[in-house]
Amino acid sequence: MRAGSALEKALAKGRFAVTAEIGPPMSASADGIRERARMMKGYADAYNLTDNQTAMSRMSSIACAVVLMHEGLEPVVQMTCRDRNRIAMQSDILGASALGVRNVLCLSGDHQSFGNQKEAKNVYDIDSIQLLMVLHKMRDQGRLWNDDELEVAPKLFLGAAANPFADPFEFRVTRLAKKIEAGADFIQTQGIYDLERFERFMTMVRERGLHERVSILAGVLPLKSHKVALYMKNKVSGMSVPDEVIERMRKASDPKAEGIRMCVETIERLREIEGVRGVHIMAPMWEEKVPEIVERAGLRVD
Amino acid sequence: MIVGEQKPLNEIVAMLDGHHRILISGCRSCVAICLAGGEKEVGVLAESLRLHSALKGKGWEVRENTVERQCEKEWVRELSPLVKETDVVLSIACGVGAQTIQSLYPDTRVLPGLNTSNMGAPDEPGVFKEKCGGCGDCVLHLTGGICPIVRCAKSLLNGPCGGSQNGKCEIGNDTPCAWEEIYQSLKRLGRLDLIERNIPPKNWIPSRSGGPRRIIRPEAVLTKEQKEAKE
Repeated sequence: MRAGSALEKALAKGRFAVTAEIGPPMSASADGIRERARMMKGYADAYNLTDNQTAMSRMSSIACAVVLMHEGLEPVVQMTCRDRNRIAMQSDILGASALGVRNVLCLSGDHQSFGNQKEAKNVYDIDSIQLLMVLHKMRDQGRLWNDDELEVAPKLFLGAAANPFADPFEFRVTRLAKKIEAGADFIQTQGIYDLERFERFMTMVRERGLHERVSILAGVLPLKSHKVALYMKNKVSGMSVPDEVIERMRKASDPKAEGIRMCVETIERLREIEGVRGVHIMAPMWEEKVPEIVERAGLRVD
Repeated sequence: MIVGEQKPLNEIVAMLDGHHRILISGCRSCVAICLAGGEKEVGVLAESLRLHSALKGKGWEVRENTVERQCEKEWVRELSPLVKETDVVLSIACGVGAQTIQSLYPDTRVLPGLNTSNMGAPDEPGVFKEKCGGCGDCVLHLTGGICPIVRCAKSLLNGPCGGSQNGKCEIGNDTPCAWEEIYQSLKRLGRLDLIERNIPPKNWIPSRSGGPRRIIRPEAVLTKEQKEAKE
């Protein structure tokens, strides 16, 4: 066991794992987070807390993680390289681990040009792979990146993202291998609508035996309408939404119900793919649907 | 080359407020090539300011000068007789040029008429693109001759991030993804092995993080005696 988190234990047992995303509020009150925590409790092994998602200032993911732990939920703290340098990130990791955080997801982060403060300076002192290298060293060697010895090393189950829908496609598997090499224990993928492309990606992953070295959780994102699907296809970089998905949403009499149904079907298909060890459900502003998706997909957590 | 562009005329006019004898100083180097601060642009700006002065009754006296390289004292010394007869110098060279003038003429105000942007090159006539971040620790040998520090919006050293699609960067504006370009370049060169390995966190000390940078070429440094002889 790296960190002994519930997520790590579920994966170690070989049970199909479930993680779900919670977006921290643009608020100094934790009431909203607490409310969502109570609503989602028992439906996932661990809950991701995004780090100033789309480059907008929100409550810190570590603070939200503490709120979640008080409610009895296990957090996955997301950490992007956009806003902090290596000094701040190592410091935050020591604090997070001291507070009980055991899962961390290392990300590059959305560029600030997507946010509400586009004029901000980005940091990118290190990138997501380098963040994995730094945290891996802190955990396994008990040292900061500069070799200074830590009195107590952080206990971390290290996560990274993979996007099979970004380009260049052939390099995506190599990049996954690089993340494993840098220390990733688990992977959460971009939201999957294009199952054909995801299957091709997984074939290449298996050819290199990467699925045996890391736990891959496949990402799903329920659709609310065909407009959302179109927006993701056309405006969000690194997303692939096949036309038949958009058509199915357009024709649906109840698009929201159709979106949930499609999400459940996607999970069922993902479970059949060798090397997929769990699912990561992202339903921003629609978290109340997570329990229904989990139940209908026949997933269970301990 | 250093790439820049002239400040909007209204900003230049506002800076000149309270001055009367104005010397516009251009440079025949980089800023002339990027069509922002060469002899021609000095002439156009001078005419614009004279016109503005005539229309608004400012009574400005505008003089023009363009030196070979505004970043070198040897050339900027030529300005001495002109600077004596003016109360403000408007430099439309890069920020280095403006500071060189100010250091040689500390009693005269020097104003920047140009926004210095980057170290770049014209990819095609009239299109100037940033190429080098001056990070002080070049990695072009690992990245197929394409700089990830400035050409990637996130300066990633182990890219491409998940926002790379169809060769474009997630920030839009038709920005190419530098890591797609790096990948294609290394593939062409048969050296994809170079990006199989993880590049560890970068040393930014040779970059801006080490404070203002200084490079000394000992063979060119003058001895005390040589300095005295020169003066």
